[in-house]
Parts: sequence; C-alpha cells; structure tokens
Amino acid sequence: MKILVPVKRVVDYNVKVRVKADGSGVDIANVKMSMNPFDEIGVEEAVRLKEAGVATEVVAVSCGLAASQETLRAAMAMGADRGILVETDAELQPLAVAKLLKAVCDKEQPQLVICGKQAIDDDANQTGQMLAALAGWPQATFASKVSIADGKASVMREIDGGVETLSVTLPAVVTTDLRLNEPRYATLPNIMKAKKKPLETVKPADLGVDVAPRLATLKVSEPAQRKAGEMVADVAQLVDKLKNVAKVI
Amino acid sequence: MAILVIAEHDNQSLKAATLNTVGAAAQLGGEVHVLVAGAGCGAVGEAATKIAGVAKVLVCDAPHYEAQGAENVAELVKGLAGGYSHILAAATPAGKNMAPRVAALLDVAQISEIVAVEAPDTFVRPIYAGNALATVKSADAVKVITVRTTAFEAAGEGGAAAVESVPAAADLGLSALVSRELVKSERPELGAAKVIVAGGRGLGSAENFHGLLEPLADKLGAAIGASRAAVDAGYCPNDYQVGQTGKVVAPQLYIAVGVSGAIQHLAGMKDSKVIVAINKDPDAPIFQVADYGLVGDLFQVVPELTAAIG
Repeated sequence: MKILVPVKRVVDYNVKVRVKADGSGVDIANVKMSMNPFDEIGVEEAVRLKEAGVATEVVAVSCGLAASQETLRAAMAMGADRGILVETDAELQPLAVAKLLKAVCDKEQPQLVICGKQAIDDDANQTGQMLAALAGWPQATFASKVSIADGKASVMREIDGGVETLSVTLPAVVTTDLRLNEPRYATLPNIMKAKKKPLETVKPADLGVDVAPRLATLKVSEPAQRKAGEMVADVAQLVDKLKNVAKVI
Repeated sequence: MAILVIAEHDNQSLKAATLNTVGAAAQLGGEVHVLVAGAGCGAVGEAATKIAGVAKVLVCDAPHYEAQGAENVAELVKGLAGGYSHILAAATPAGKNMAPRVAALLDVAQISEIVAVEAPDTFVRPIYAGNALATVKSADAVKVITVRTTAFEAAGEGGAAAVESVPAAADLGLSALVSRELVKSERPELGAAKVIVAGGRGLGSAENFHGLLEPLADKLGAAIGASRAAVDAGYCPNDYQVGQTGKVVAPQLYIAVGVSGAIQHLAGMKDSKVIVAINKDPDAPIFQVADYGLVGDLFQVVPELTAAIG
C-alpha cells in the first residue's frame, strides 16, 4: 500500500508574525520556516504504518515555492521514501492545492492520503476534505487513531464532546489531530540519507490544473489588542474586582 | 437569492451553534433557510422553525444521514445548492468536516471561520492563530462559509418557518460509523459557557487538574477548559482544549490557572470579556492579556478563591 503525505512549508509555530504596515499581508521575510506541525504528525503516522508493514511506500508531496524542497527533505529525513514538489510562485489556496493533489493521486494511485488537519498559517482546515471530495473518496478528519485492515481504515476521530470511530473504504483521506502521535526528531544520519532520496519536480501546468485564486485578500490587519490589565495582590482583591468592577460574578 | 444554513444537531435537539450561524446569515441580506439532515430528526426540524429570521426549514430524513457523515451530507447539499447564494455552517468539528467537501463539489472556495461580514461577498477571518485578520472577497457564485460562533449573536426565538421535506440523495456507502463515545457532563458546553475555568501544565497532574478546578467551576457554574500542554500531559480529554486548533471561546469570564499563555492558547480565548490569570511565574505571557493577574501558588490561591466565592 502506498501512502501519500502532503506537507506544507509554513512560518514556524514559535514565531509571532507581524502584520505589514501597508496591510498587504504578514511579514515573513527572514522568518524561520518549518513543516506545518499537523503535517509532521501525518508523516510520522505514514512512516509508522510502513514500519508496521502495512504500507510499502511513503511519498511526500508539497505544493509551492522551490524552497518547499527543504520541507520535503525534512519529511524524507523522518522516513518518507521520496518527494514530489509541485513548484509554483503563485499564491495557492486550498481548492487549488486539493486539485493539484488530486492530479498527483491520479498518477501515483495511493491507497491512503494523510493530511494535516490545518496549516498554521492560513488556519483554513480545508485541503484534505476538498481532496476527498474531488477524488470521490471517504474522509476521516481530525484523527486520533488509525488502523488499516481488509481494504478499510478504522479511524478514531475527535468530535464535539468526545470521539467517534469511522470505518472508511480505501482509498481514503485522513487528516491528523494532535493526539494521533508524537512525531520523531530526524537523526543526523537520516538527514544525510534524505539528501539522496529522489525528489521530482513538476509544475501545475504539467498536471493540467488551474491554480488561480478564488478569494482576493483585500487587506490584512492587526486584531484589536487587549488593553493592559492590572495585577492584584491577593484573592480578596481579585474577588472584589470581579464582583464590583468587572461585575462578572 | 436565499441563504442556506446547515443545522448542527444530534437527531434530537438543535445545537446552539446553529443559532449563531443563523445570526451571521441574517447579516447577508436574503431569505434564510435551514437544512436539517438526519434520521428521525423531525423534532429538530420543528425546533428550527422557531428560530427568528428563518423563512423555511428543509428536512431530509433518511437512515443514511443518521451519523451525518460528511460524504453523504455534502452530496445532498450539492444537489440543493442551485438556489442559494451562500451556504453556511458553524466552524465546529462537524461544520469544518463537511463545509470544505461541499465547496469542492461545487468547485468554489470555502471561507473558513469568518468573524465579520463586511459585504455579502466580503468577510473577515483570522489567520496565523488570530495574530492577523484577513479581509477576503470571494468571486465565486456560491459562497461556502464556516462561522466562528463566538463572533455572532445567536438568533432568538419567535420564528414561524414553514417545513419542507426534501428527498434524500443516494447513499454513497463510503463511510460507516462504528461507535461514538460522548463524555457526559453536567457542565455547560465550552462554546456556550458564560464562565470558563481553564487549567494548564502548572496543575502538575490529572488529580490536581480535576481536584482544584472542579470545585471552583461548580461554584461559578463554569465549563472547564485546558491548554494544549495540559491535554498533552493527559490531565484531561482532548475536547477540553482551548486554542488555535482546539475550541475558540469568548465567555464573560475566563480564569486561566497555571496556563503560561502560548500564542496558540491565546488564539482561543483572547476575545473573552474578562480574563483572570493565576500563575506563579510573573513573566508568563498570559499576564499580557489578563485583565486581572495574580502571581501566586495556584495550590493555595485556587482553594482560597473557591472559598471566597459565595
């Protein structure tokens, strides 16, 4: 069984981004970039399925700038067997990425695609569901446990108020939630080995996909900042403030 | 053109998130219809007719909608989409699961978790864990949107909508629900609670988490939330998590106990009306967003606070 794992290059989760003064976007020049954390969980899950003998090959895919090669190398250092970069300088929105991934799936014929549930830059939480729709496959989003048997995936997923378990036919799309696993750190020998793994580059036009954005970003602004609060000395003062000033208890 | 709101429900009752979604729909200018897709969900359809501002309730009652799987419901919505300018769902796990699938089937963008309507085609949504707000304009014929429920007033009661039964779409048979385990709780839902007591890694153990926070929450009639660190450490279930990738809340009062205040956590609670932070580290980032900060040992402060609240 082949598993496809889409990975996105995003601003590192420890970075607090700043909005550009002209409102055109956020300033990501000279900011540390990393693999989207939910995609790391996806790579980890795919590699574990391979280590368990369930999967035979793990293919990482990234869509975006040439620099996304680094993200693919990071996935390969974690254990992905090869990488595919769909290279473009164009702004990519989730629907376009889903179409690119669908085209890659048509070619690669994976039985399972494991996406991160959301990217921590645009916070969209769409791509996996959209890919499943375009491919006509089932989807099991926000997964906290995945097992594969008899041509089906059994997926425990996080829902409001608890968890549910779905049984979906393969091929399918799974999206990862935080509890699915704890991704490994790539070791130095594996980072070296990853440099020699195959990395293929294609263009959206090669895949016959129109990636034109459907949403125009008119402006990006700072959210309202909370005004500075005050420190209280003890519980009595806190209770007094809550009762008599804020009037919330 | 009319606006379709996809109701969130459990076949017995309507979830409160639906009311906020109708509240957002009311700002778009158009007749609001509500779709209730489920099995044996007549009572939900009935409840939806009473929402103020709703003109029509579409009920689709069929066995293959019982679990409300995204595959089958999206297929149904795709068939209904022709008559609508907007399709809205709440930005809850259920809405986030389904809405992108609907959008892709219609070949349109999906606009995630809007917090304001600027115009019928222009919306504001948070990006980068709420550290920036993007104003986006959609060029698509149908706008498929998820709504951050805390950003919109809930629609009231007093409606008298007509009910229309709509035929089911085919059962795609792609997915089957094996089991569903819901945690039963007497407490208010996190998303709807007026007061939230949230715990972080500072509590040190699951015993402390529950032992210290529950009596305080009981006194305040509060829901209990948690930081990701507390969830990761196994102090409480995953659905307690407040933050960028967990729940986004905006209660009247948010009491953060032993929460350091990572940006991912702040993303989920900084729109609360009043924030109280209790932490032994005076440099904890949580104090930068707190209205009232108390530096102290939570093991002493929390029981004291519980006792002090009448």
